[in-house]
This record gives sequence, C-alpha cells and structure tokens, in this order.
Amino acid sequence: MSEGKLLISGGTVVDPSTKREGRADVLIEDGKITDIQPSIAARNGLRRFDASGKLVMPGFVDLHVHFRQPGREDKETVETGSHAAIRGGFTAACPMPNTSPVMDHRGAVEWVRQEGQRVGLIDVRPIGALTRGQQGEELTDFGELFEAGCIALSDDGKPLLSSLLMRRALEYAKVFGRPVIQHSEDTCLSAGGVMHEGLVSTTLGLRGAPSESETVMVARDLALAERTGGWLHVAHLSTARSVELIRQAKQRGVHVTCEVTPHHLALTDEAVRGFNTLAKVNPPLRTEQDRLALIEGLKDGTIDCIATDHAPHTAWEKDADFDAAPFGIVGLETALGVCATALIGPKHLTWSQLADRMAIAPARIAGLKDHGLAVSQPANLTIVDPAAAWTVDPASFASRSKRSPFAGHRLTGKVAAVIRHGLVAWDASA
Amino acid sequence: MAEAAVAREAQGLQWTKKDLLGLEDLSAEEIRLVLATAESFREISLRPIKKVPALRGKTVVNLFFEPSTRTRTSFELAAKRLSADMINITASASSLTKGETILDMVRNLEALKVDVLIIRHAAAGVPHTIARQTNASVINAGDGAHEHPTQALLDLLTIQRQKGRIEGLKVSIIGDIAHSRVARSDLWGLTKLGACVTLCGPPTLMPSHIEDLGARVTWDVAEAITDADVLMLLRIQHERQEAALVPSLREYRLRYGLDEARLRSAKPDVLVMHPGPINRGVELDSYVADGPNSVILDQVTNGVAVRMAALFLVSGPPKVEE
Ligand SMILES: [Zn+2]
Repeated sequence: MSEGKLLISGGTVVDPSTKREGRADVLIEDGKITDIQPSIAARNGLRRFDASGKLVMPGFVDLHVHFRQPGREDKETVETGSHAAIRGGFTAACPMPNTSPVMDHRGAVEWVRQEGQRVGLIDVRPIGALTRGQQGEELTDFGELFEAGCIALSDDGKPLLSSLLMRRALEYAKVFGRPVIQHSEDTCLSAGGVMHEGLVSTTLGLRGAPSESETVMVARDLALAERTGGWLHVAHLSTARSVELIRQAKQRGVHVTCEVTPHHLALTDEAVRGFNTLAKVNPPLRTEQDRLALIEGLKDGTIDCIATDHAPHTAWEKDADFDAAPFGIVGLETALGVCATALIGPKHLTWSQLADRMAIAPARIAGLKDHGLAVSQPANLTIVDPAAAWTVDPASFASRSKRSPFAGHRLTGKVAAVIRHGLVAWDASA
Repeated sequence: MAEAAVAREAQGLQWTKKDLLGLEDLSAEEIRLVLATAESFREISLRPIKKVPALRGKTVVNLFFEPSTRTRTSFELAAKRLSADMINITASASSLTKGETILDMVRNLEALKVDVLIIRHAAAGVPHTIARQTNASVINAGDGAHEHPTQALLDLLTIQRQKGRIEGLKVSIIGDIAHSRVARSDLWGLTKLGACVTLCGPPTLMPSHIEDLGARVTWDVAEAITDADVLMLLRIQHERQEAALVPSLREYRLRYGLDEARLRSAKPDVLVMHPGPINRGVELDSYVADGPNSVILDQVTNGVAVRMAALFLVSGPPKVEE
C-alpha cells in the first residue's frame, strides 16, 4: 500500500471488540492501524480524513448475500454486488452457493473468490453448498470446499429437509470447526405460500406460509445440534417462536448462532398490502409481534447478527403478479440506514450494539481474523454519519436490481465512507 | 341512460372510481349506487329489444386468464346490451411467466385504445397491478382467492329484491371459505350494508383471522342454518382434496352439504344461493338447488344487470367531444 499514511480525525470511535467508545483519531499506516489516541497531531505527508461528527466503526460483514454469479449475471455479479456492499459499509460479504452451476465444488468457489479479489473492493468469502447440486441427497466434499475458502456450508434458497443428512452434516462439519447454515423451512407446511399466513394473507386471498413452517424446522435442527455438538447457524430468523427456541437452546449450551435481516426488523406483512411484490421475501415478513421479538432477540444477544439476505432480481421478474414474482429483495445499500432508523432511533439498540451485530459478531461467525479497531489490525473501517437523513432512491443503487421496499423511505443514519486496507474505498461525499 | 341518471341523482352521489376492483375498496354508498343503477338496468333485459346506446363507441375487452364461461358470457351480454364493442381474449396464465410481463400486455392493449378491461386471473392482485398501469378502466372479474366484486354485487341485488332489505339480515356462507373470492367479496359487501354474516365450514377450509373481518365463524352447519335468512353455498373443488383439506367429497357432503333434511331446519322463507357452477350432490342437493327456496337463476339474471351497471359507472359520464 504505497499511499502510505491516513489519519481519520475528529470522529467518535465505536468498537465493541475493544470496548472503545469515544472521541479518537485513528492512524493508519501501510494498511494497518498503528495508533488510536484521543488526538493525533497532523504531520507532513499524512493524508487526513475528516470524520467530525461521525462514527468510526469496524467494517460491516454480511454473512448472507446472493451475488448470482455464475449463472444469473442479469440479476447481479460479484462486481456489482461488491460495489453495492462497499456503499453499504460492508468490507466483507459471503455469497450463497445457489448459483448456476451451484458452488458445490472447488472450481466454482475458487472462481468466485478470485473474481472478488480481481474487483478488489471487499473481501468475498463464499459459502459452499451443503449437498451436491443443493439437491438435499448427498453431502458435498466439505474438506475440499473449506480448503477452497468457504466459511460455512448451506443449501440456502432451500432447506436441508432430510433429518438424517442434517445430523450427518452437523457431525461432519465439526472436523472443520465451521457452521452449517440452515434456511429453516418445512416446505411441506409452507407449500404454495407466498406471504405470512395471517389476517393480511386472508384479506388479500394469497396463500400463506404459517410461522410454524419455520419454527418446526428450527426446533428439529436445535435437537440435532444438541445431540451432535455441531455448529448450527440459522439464517434469516422471522418468528417470535424461533427466537424463543434459540434463546432456550443457548441457555442449555447448544452451539447455535443466528441472523436476522434488516427488512424483518423494519417491516411486517402489512407491507404486502396492495400486492406489493417488493415485500415478497422468504421467509416472509411477519407480524408486529414477531418484529418486536426479533428486535428483543437482537438486543439480548439471542440473535447474533444482522445479515441482509441481499437477493437481487430483475425488474421484469419483480414486476410480475404476486404469485409469480420471485422471493427476495436487495439489502446491502439500505442496511445501515434501515437498521439505524428501526433500532437506534427508537432506542432499542446502542450504536455499539449495532456495530457488534453488523461487524464484530458476523466477522467472528465467518472466522475473519483481526476484525476490529485495535493497533496492528488491518484497517477495515466504516464511517457512519448518525444524523444524516436521506431518502432511499433505488435508481442510485450500484446493485443491478433497482427495486426496494424502502424506496421513498426517509432514513436517519448513512454510510459516509469506507476504508479498506487503509485506503478510502468509498466516499459518499466524493 | 335516463334511468341510470335518475338512479344516480336519487343517491346524490357521483361515481368517481376509474376501476371496480373489489368491495373492500367501496363505501356503503358506492355499493348502493351500483345496486340502484343495476336495478334501473334490470328492466332492459326484460324488453323485446334488449339494447340501449349507453356505451356506444366504447371498446370493452374480456381478458380472461382462467376459463369461465358464465362470468365471461354475463359480461359479454352486459356490454352488448349497452351497445359497447366487445372482444374476448382468452390468454393462458403461463404466457405471462414466459417473458411477456403484465406490463407488456397492458401496453399492447393500451395501444389498441381499449376503454374497459374486464380481467379474470388465477392469481390474486393481477387486476390491481394492471389497473395501476393503464388509463383504461379495469373491472375485476375474479382474482385468485381475493375478490369477485360483480358476483357479490349480484348477490346483494338478489337478496335486496327478494327480502326488500339487507340491513339486519342473517346470512350464512357455507363451504370453502379459504379459497373463495366470492366469500371475501360477499363478506365485505354484506357487512358494509349491515347484514350479520356467519361463515361455516371445517377449520381446514377457514382462513386464519377471518373473524377479524367482522364475521362469526362456526364449524357447525346446524348452527349456521338455524335463524339464517340467506344460505349461500360455495362450490367445493375436487382438486382441493389433494391438499388434505377434506378427507373426501362424501365426508364433506355428509357433514356440510345442504340437503332436504337440513333445509327443513331452516326458516321457511330462507333464500338458497350459489355462485355456480354447482357440484350437485356435494355442497347442494339437487332437490334444494331446484326447490322453492332457491334463487340461483335470479342470481344469473341479476348478474347481467349488475355488470351493465359496473360497465356504465366505470365508463364515466359521457365525455364532450373536443
Ligand atoms: Zn434463505
């Protein structure tokens, strides 16, 4: 890193990994943090980044994105996804393997990693498939996939239905000390469901997926994780009951971690009214009671982290009728604003807790080392303007998908800049 | 139309909506306006020359993505009796998923200068999506399990003509409530006009939280029949058996079918209604369907009048040529 030295001055450092929260300047040399002091004097040859009035946090890590490459480059690519991520304050993201071909072998995983490095904006850390072709029948070669750089394995997009295979997966993954990520859904129970089953689905005449299609699978997997001692990571929690089941399991010492999306923290099934396909996601947006339970779970640590489930689709697909439109929405570029507005504004979470849930906890789950604002660590940090109010305009997204349920929403809290390996990788004011 | 103008005048209300998408969106006054307009059109169908020039020069398209001879024919007659130009398009629902998006289709129809689009689709919300994207008026002729407003309006007209009122009546809707757009539209319409609605069927055919929409729910058919002024039976679809919603049609008939014996426990002047087509011997015994309490054929007749009213109202007052 020949650009040498950078001084982040005037900001408030918020880093739960070192429990630092207060006014401090950060000195970066050759891509690493070399000093953090209440005040560091400007010197010759030192570039200065003015962070006055802003929060300096560890770079965000997203455990759950869909970059669609290889296969559906019309929806997103590693390159466009990386741009969306860095604008959202993420310095690392983990693409799910439901690509075409599926990331169930070394070649596909290595290609995605290398493409991430070529683009060079964020750390792209793939998640490999749990079963061959994500068919739910045969386990993939775990060792080879972890060697190729996978941080976890999952059949996301669909659940692993076989209880026997799930048991074997949890057992075998112990060898590598990495999690099995489950998209928890009993697809028999949710068959045909396009939204949460409740008053809104009844009013709209849309087929509902009951809350229990998630919770019965969470309950089963917790039982298997408890028996095997394997590490279960539950993707995108959506129901109050799942939170309760995981809270109890953690108390019993079950090795389980889990995530929640910004949209499940901010929206409910009411967003579907008017047949709004931008509110069609899987798991579906649920009730206000579920939303509040998810926030409570995130607050007390039952839910470890926030992950976007960034799932881009083309406009023509999302503009279809509600039954035909695909599940999924983009989330990288709105994550911080949506979470700050839904969580910090109403005082559910502190900025330090939010930094933990968006940066430190997901980095720990992904096995990313040295993530945090401490001397000698790599300088990956996100600078947030906590007071900036802005209106979401999907047309300005770097993502290939310009459709968002938050379009037109007024948010408070915005990513101002991102430093990666000591360089300014994104500057919103530039 | 002089008669319709009179009806409008009498209500002291102008129709302001571009579309007729569902009864959830209509006020009680708007529903009464449609019924009054339909009442004035009803007489036209009884004339030897069943035609008035109210919609001359207007183009109406029946755009059906789901087969339905009854509803399509009823709309076609309604449009023709108002002298509109009418064309039928039967599209396969799958054509939309194979690349031709709804938006493309609407743009094409827009280019053909259509005034009213009548849309039937197996997926809920399609008429609403189309209505947002076109200047043409849209009439929902049934969208998935969501709404079927003209069916509910013809049900209301039939009840009002037979009973002289709707307010205060006890109406029981019996059958597959979960998958019925008719049940939802009837529930909105009946409750808005002050009727007490009971929904009856096995729990497997009852959608969650439906009681929050203002209905009483019971699984006991005897309870639904006693005291009812109107019994509305819904069609049980054979294919529903696959999803284990009812163990068998025989089981359903024995538990919930309206036969002679059950009818005897009802009020003597109870109205028996059905949106058709009937599964004779399943939800409705032939004797009951053709018996003295049945007003099923009146529903069909009133359907044309209600659809004439719907077409007339959404087409708006005759515009002055520029
Ligand atoms: Zn998923």
